[in-house]
Amino acid sequence: MTSMTPPSAAAPLLEVQHLEVSFPTKTKTLVAVRDVSFTLHRGERLGLVGESGAGKSITGFSILKLISRPGRISNGSILFEGRDLVPLSEQEMRPLRGDRISMIFQDPMMTLNPVLTIGTQMIETLLAHRRLSRREARDQAIETLRAVHIPSPEKRMDQYPHQFSGGMRQRIVIAIALLTRPSLIIADEPTTALDVTIQAEILDLLLELAEHEGMGLLLITHDLAVVSQVTDRVAVMYAGRIVEIGPTEQVVHAPQHPYTQGLLAALPQTHAGEPGTGRLAQIHGIMPSLYNTPPGCAFHPRCPVRIHACSETVPALRPCSQTGTLAACHLVE
Amino acid sequence: MIMSTALVSIRNVVKHFDISGGLLEQLRFSGGRPTLKRTVVHALNDVSLDVQQGETLAVVGESGCGKSTLARAVVCLHQLSSGEIHYRDQRIDHLPPARLLPFRTKLQMIFQDPYASLNPRMTVQRILEEPLRLHHRAMTPAQIAERVAAVMEQVGVRASWARQYPHEFSGGQRQRISIARALIVDPECIVADEPISALDVSIQAQILNLMMDLQESRALTYLFISHDLNVVRRIATRVAVMYLGSLCELATARQLFESPRHPYTQALLSAIPALGRGRRGRIRLSGELSTPIDLPRGCVFHPRCPHAYEPCRVDTPAPQTLDTGTVVACHAVRDGRI
Repeated sequence: MTSMTPPSAAAPLLEVQHLEVSFPTKTKTLVAVRDVSFTLHRGERLGLVGESGAGKSITGFSILKLISRPGRISNGSILFEGRDLVPLSEQEMRPLRGDRISMIFQDPMMTLNPVLTIGTQMIETLLAHRRLSRREARDQAIETLRAVHIPSPEKRMDQYPHQFSGGMRQRIVIAIALLTRPSLIIADEPTTALDVTIQAEILDLLLELAEHEGMGLLLITHDLAVVSQVTDRVAVMYAGRIVEIGPTEQVVHAPQHPYTQGLLAALPQTHAGEPGTGRLAQIHGIMPSLYNTPPGCAFHPRCPVRIHACSETVPALRPCSQTGTLAACHLVE
Repeated sequence: MIMSTALVSIRNVVKHFDISGGLLEQLRFSGGRPTLKRTVVHALNDVSLDVQQGETLAVVGESGCGKSTLARAVVCLHQLSSGEIHYRDQRIDHLPPARLLPFRTKLQMIFQDPYASLNPRMTVQRILEEPLRLHHRAMTPAQIAERVAAVMEQVGVRASWARQYPHEFSGGQRQRISIARALIVDPECIVADEPISALDVSIQAQILNLMMDLQESRALTYLFISHDLNVVRRIATRVAVMYLGSLCELATARQLFESPRHPYTQALLSAIPALGRGRRGRIRLSGELSTPIDLPRGCVFHPRCPHAYEPCRVDTPAPQTLDTGTVVACHAVRDGRI
């Protein structure tokens, strides 16, 4: 999986720096994402992993500036192909959304319009971004459906979303995302709503397309196994911050941050050997709510190896000497 | 592990749901003539299974395979189309509600979504008291309060939180409360329908461990419904694999994960995303998932099966027991082709 690492000299496709997203409420301003920085190169696949409430989806949405009011990006910059998206107006964002940057959501039934045929939805998307005749748009749509392995696409164009199975619908959503040949795809839990055999097919497809088209893929998911199969690098989020980021192989096999370690240990498949024996390793407690994030490292109340400093200062992401990953932990050397 | 007594026996259970709707929705015109067409979902087709005392029998399969219908059928929440459910050799599926009541204390259920299965307008105290009031009318309020506190401690929820409402708890805590509600009447068997699917990974481990602890301390039997094979591998004694309302394979967890026999089981196991493994060596299934409305003739899996041959398109394969003890319903296995 490391074979796809792009040349380091190339300018990054996406560079997120010190991103902060906050939601003012009557009593208090909630900060959902704090000081998140990462880069994504062309042709690279980056995973964003975390449990619910970690801020991974908010991070994905903010790249497209889809944070709904009163939420806002309160700090940081999002450089896409060298241009900062944060100061852009709605009008300036529109040609980017669904054209240079596409997004795939969890539930294909919510993404597709139930009263329009697949063909209409695809042609509309294309015509919104490209000067094409309907005929040309239709041909291009059919070709894209073929690329995502929809059998007899000419016929399927005239069908409605309910006439497709869940896996097929997700393929169509992917096809729509691909129509404009975007350079970045953000996929938010693209396989979570699907069955395991269908999930495997969709992951194969995403992988194939990312390799073929040379797009950047930002894969947002709670599933470490999925991430480990598809991505080159992975960022683990906890309570709005990235706590560890590095090559997927390294993070999965030699996790540095205690939270990543706990998360991996809690997976049922981590425990080899006889089925049905022994308990799973567990992380005690739950992720803190945004209303009362603990001081210092947000993970310290649940951390088995915390020291005094953990409750006082927020640890910065630091390179770990052995693995080359970055981890935000006072104990990492 | 040696077990001989079947605690729950599911015998030739068939469950069809008629979703035809009203008269106008049934109306079709064929050859200029109006006809009425019924639409039936074949959720369970002749499923037989025994749940042995003290074991964890996992039922796995993808959405629409009938695993949840089976769970509900076992606790008699569904009227069966045919077949029988026995509890300790007593038939229970045809009993009127009043006579079913004593069995309800023995056979409890935990649901998937802890946000939907707890009444938001009741305090935890009331949620947990209600089953006791229904089943143990002789208990005094003091006894009830004592039992509630004891069970809350046992599932890891502080008894001092009893006056709070479900929305004040996290998903994991809510699932603990659902488990407490099932435990409060002292059941022998718990049917758990995807009990951890709605929870985060770190919380899943907590709930699974709790369920294993409770099984040990209370000698519980679990019928554990799940789509997550990694979880099943951890917790199950035996595993039943279902596809489109039929049982494909039934084996000990070890047998099933080490040497799966049914082509569907093999495909399912190879599709599990493993940590850090490359995406090679996966059995690719072609073809579309059939719907339980239009069941394929013969073996329900044959349209997607890489090994399908003539008999598969004609006859429904009967479950047969192999030397290893594995029960498998497949023509190709029977004929020694795979």
